[in-house]
Amino acid sequence: MHNPARPLSPHLQVYRWQVQMVTSILHRATGVVLSAGSLLIAYGLIALASGEASWNDLRTCAGSWFGLLVLIGWSWALSFHLINGIRHLLQDAGWGYAIEAVVRNSWISVIGSLLLTVAIWAMVFTRGGFA
Amino acid sequence: MKHYDGYRNALKQARGMGSAKDGLHHFIVQRITAVALIALGIYFLWLVVSLVGADYVAARAVVANPWNAVLISAFLIAMFWHSQLGLQVVIEDYVHAPWLALTSQLLVRFICALAALASVFAVIRIAVADI
Repeated sequence: MHNPARPLSPHLQVYRWQVQMVTSILHRATGVVLSAGSLLIAYGLIALASGEASWNDLRTCAGSWFGLLVLIGWSWALSFHLINGIRHLLQDAGWGYAIEAVVRNSWISVIGSLLLTVAIWAMVFTRGGFA
Repeated sequence: MKHYDGYRNALKQARGMGSAKDGLHHFIVQRITAVALIALGIYFLWLVVSLVGADYVAARAVVANPWNAVLISAFLIAMFWHSQLGLQVVIEDYVHAPWLALTSQLLVRFICALAALASVFAVIRIAVADI
């Protein structure tokens, strides 16, 4: 059965770049990132249940430059997966299947995720940021 | 159509007992949890942002609120369920060595189930302790 000489199906690099590729890949990538993040949510709740010392440890971690970097990346991954997920659900319902609509909605996912991330951090910093 | 029969591949007949007939179940549950996570995810994001700068006592009081305790638990169950379903597809697509595929599928299920149980238990502990 195994025949290395047989022709392969075309890979990514033969295609012209298009936004649908990006949203497709990013949806999966952000899904994996959010799965890792889900363990951090579990850790956060366990820390809160375990007492003030462990909760303060978590706050110190979250407030460090590395913690902030993770949180900013995480908030974007969530924003993207949320908005692009809604796009997928609408497509599952049969809406937005025309190529122009797919391209437009894919751009909405990309740009909307950046706007939502900025909005989240604007809210965080107007609330005084991390103490 | 009888005269074509000689050209048909034997695989036109399902072998054994045919398909397991639960292929759609994964698709449906992934979308049910996705719809739930639109609402619950936005709610949890809002809850976390509103907790920025809150101290230990304030954070516990928010989680201990019965409405929040129920909604956070619902969010956790939907999130870990959706995670498992998504990671399952990623593993099916990219992990081809049977023993590694089986091991990683088992690990993902065990970790998601344990993290869901542990985090919901943490919420219950906070909610019950702070009555």
